[in-house]
Amino acid sequence: MSELWQLSATEIAMRIANGEISAVEVAEAHNARIEALEPEINAFITPTPDIARAQAKAIDERRATGAPLPPLAGVPLALKDVICVDGVRTTAGSRILDAYVPPYSGTVVHMLADAGTLLVGKANMDEFAMGSSTENSAYGVTKNPWDLARVPGGSSGGSAAAVAAGMAPIGIGTDTGGSIRQPASLCGVVGMKPTYGRVSRYGLIAFASSLDQIGPFARNVRDTALLLNAIAGHDPKDSTSIPDPVPQYLDGLDAGIDGLRIGIVKESLSEGTQPGVAGRFKDAIETLTSLGGEVEEVSLPSFAHALSAYYLIAPAECSSNLARYDGVRYGMRADAPTVSEMNARTRAQGFGDEVKRRVMLGTYALSAGYYDAYYGKAQKVRTLVIRDFDEAYQKFDILVSPTSPTTAFKIGEKADDPLAMYLNDLFTIPSNLAGAPAISIPCGLAEDGLPVGLQIMGPLLSESLLLRAAFAYESARGPAERPPL
Amino acid sequence: MNYEAVIGLECHVELNTESKMFCGCPTTFGGEPNTRTCPVCLGEPGSLPVPNRRAVESTMMIGLALGCRVAPHSLFHRKNYFYPDMPKNYQISQYDLPLCIGGRLDVEVAGTKTTVGITRVHLEEDTGKSLHIGTTGRISEAKYSLVDYNRAGIPLVEVVSEPDIRSAAEAQRYVAELRSILEALGVSDVRMEEGSMRCDANISMREPGGEFGTKVEIKNLNSIRSVGRALTFEIERQRKALEAGQALLQETRHFDESSGVTKTLRSKEEAFDYRYFPEPDLLPISATADWVSALESSLPELPQARRARLAAEHGLSVEQAHAVGASVASTGYFEGTVAAGANGRDAAVWMAGELGRALNNAGVGIQDARVSPAQLADLIRLVGAETVNLNTAKRVFQMAFESGDDPGVIIGREGMAQVSDEGALATAIAAVVASNATEVERFRAGEEKVFGFLVGQVMRETKGKANPALVNDLLRKVLTTGGA
Ligand SMILES: [Zn+2]
Repeated sequence: MSELWQLSATEIAMRIANGEISAVEVAEAHNARIEALEPEINAFITPTPDIARAQAKAIDERRATGAPLPPLAGVPLALKDVICVDGVRTTAGSRILDAYVPPYSGTVVHMLADAGTLLVGKANMDEFAMGSSTENSAYGVTKNPWDLARVPGGSSGGSAAAVAAGMAPIGIGTDTGGSIRQPASLCGVVGMKPTYGRVSRYGLIAFASSLDQIGPFARNVRDTALLLNAIAGHDPKDSTSIPDPVPQYLDGLDAGIDGLRIGIVKESLSEGTQPGVAGRFKDAIETLTSLGGEVEEVSLPSFAHALSAYYLIAPAECSSNLARYDGVRYGMRADAPTVSEMNARTRAQGFGDEVKRRVMLGTYALSAGYYDAYYGKAQKVRTLVIRDFDEAYQKFDILVSPTSPTTAFKIGEKADDPLAMYLNDLFTIPSNLAGAPAISIPCGLAEDGLPVGLQIMGPLLSESLLLRAAFAYESARGPAERPPL
Repeated sequence: MNYEAVIGLECHVELNTESKMFCGCPTTFGGEPNTRTCPVCLGEPGSLPVPNRRAVESTMMIGLALGCRVAPHSLFHRKNYFYPDMPKNYQISQYDLPLCIGGRLDVEVAGTKTTVGITRVHLEEDTGKSLHIGTTGRISEAKYSLVDYNRAGIPLVEVVSEPDIRSAAEAQRYVAELRSILEALGVSDVRMEEGSMRCDANISMREPGGEFGTKVEIKNLNSIRSVGRALTFEIERQRKALEAGQALLQETRHFDESSGVTKTLRSKEEAFDYRYFPEPDLLPISATADWVSALESSLPELPQARRARLAAEHGLSVEQAHAVGASVASTGYFEGTVAAGANGRDAAVWMAGELGRALNNAGVGIQDARVSPAQLADLIRLVGAETVNLNTAKRVFQMAFESGDDPGVIIGREGMAQVSDEGALATAIAAVVASNATEVERFRAGEEKVFGFLVGQVMRETKGKANPALVNDLLRKVLTTGGA
């Protein structure tokens, strides 16, 4: 008999609905697991055991009345600390918001509560989602459950580590340049970035508004589909939200991929990719072929420029989005004799180095005389990336690549080399620039015994197809390896 | 050297939509500080803007009324700068793709018509209000500052003119005409004293037809009078400097209401780089042809057309049509008076005279006039029917305006009806002739001008109620026939 913390979201919801277990038991099992592992992992900035307990109690009471339960009733959830929850401290991993308690909840928070999930904690992250390791968090690095000397990836490293370590079967992250998929890959879990606009951003503390997207983490594809259904949908509070109806992602999940045209992104097979990662990726291609997939290489030349474009667009938007943290209305305020001095000191003391670096980069990129050369040109590259994808999808249904060029790296290894750190996002960034969906699923362990992720990309609103392909692959390969915890 | 002023105006107008530009908060003026706010207009982390459709339509209507083209695609941009009364430290505004482009506004000063080009009409959000506590009320010397965000996020339209204005009087006329158009459209309260309309002026001097001179911007002129005073001062200041051979600085100046002078606010070197870029939280606005033509056909009668119609229908002079047609309320009052039976020209004379004076003295708008159009028409009718004479009627009007009582009631109560009874007038004339023997003699000796004095004496004798025409007739008869 498995421990409660080992169960999938699907199993937990089913057993609670059957009356085999209570939601309170589930909440307590996960609260205990978090309490036991947190000193080592540090997946959460703010654990919320009381909220989970109260929500569980309400689920049990509802079940007692015989009322039907929502699809994720009693399922614990780790929420990245970049999404506002009314009355619960929300820091975005930054000292500047250390004491910030939002007066409102984000749209997904309401949807997740309606779906019956239990909030076990606000998960750790790189400050304002800027980073690929959680080393930029003002609340300490999160350790990778596979090897405590290594990073979990980022920026949604806390959510990924929590799901990998059994602190919650599902989690919510945000993905601006790979911040869900890369940590999913490094922690050996499933992570998905939906189509831009598929999930409301209302209540998500913005990093780069035109790229940010909220998405699910889980330990299997079915749970991922369930969680995506809980958060996807049009929101009148987000003007960029997509009005198209949301399909039932579980429908046709097991329809297989026979005859599916799969393109291997040639640009992802460079020598910079770790051999063990390349090896597992090759294995994955074989599995996909054996399932009836028609696999062929495809070149997307603009991939080479996507990273540079991203590191102009994202900092430009962040320089404006983060201007509001000035000590006037909320968050930290430094003492100073004048208003502008107070603004400057607050920001100097409140922001970490990486945030400052990107705010300065972005301010420069938008400055008079430089706009066309930097921000304007980056937007043109973005158009080229979209065109490359469009052309590729004339011939292919989905595209595949490794999620990250490497497995989890050592804490501190790249902390002083921002450029090496930025390369982590090489394969994930193009989907953000195109606003298209992509999923990362575990595809075995590399020579170093660490998990490798397979990235599957698709055209706009192809979430059902991506989940179907991922499910077929997962079913053929068997359950993903779990960390030794 | 002969210099001419080159002036362009940027007028900011708060729209009177029920809710703010990007959230559901009410826009009503006043209220306890920070009570009309929400996560969106406070710029709380994670909040997002949703555009107010009504505000977008109002902006398009302003553009259409000014003869602009509504752009099929326009964009919101972020204008980035730090200021405590701006919750996000950027303002959602428009930059190179505004809602409306290229219109015109005709202004007329002393019979000369000028067409002022309209560069653009765009939509943005207003900021909050800072209160600096300290000796001077300025941020640099404040002990501490308070911010009220009730106004933050109210939709604000900016109307930018071409530099086609040549005098302070033209600028005033332009602002008055713009205000009157906005009022006719019903899109703004246009209360300058409450800050719902304010203007910035760009001004330079040049030799007529020559190159543009150095441009100075005067910020935040909050009344038509201030526009005139500030520009009159600034034109003189620049002219004197140029005549003295001094170079002018490109700078932003502030108009000090109490001293009537403009002062340097910041120089060009301190100008901001706003780092405009397209607002990623909002979609582009697509103005379809159907949408635009529906708005166009919903435009009400505009001031210029209204004045022409009033002049034609009622035989009014240009000045009268301007005065009567100055606002929707004023036109309504005029038309109400005419509908109640008054002759248009009489109504116009009364409105320009007694009504205008009374409103001015009371400091209220025409919508708060305590004499109704029907009552004014009644009074005009009583004058025509010789029930009261004109001077008495003016007194009645004033009393009615002050008390709110009906003019007819006042006339009856105060016994102010005109005396046309020949017997009563004969008695009064006899008394005047008897007690002014010298003057009577002088008149009879051919000194015509004494007649007016004697008429005045009769009016006095009758407490001003006598029918003046009848007094004239009877008195002349008595004096010339030697009767009485
Ligand atoms: Zn609001």
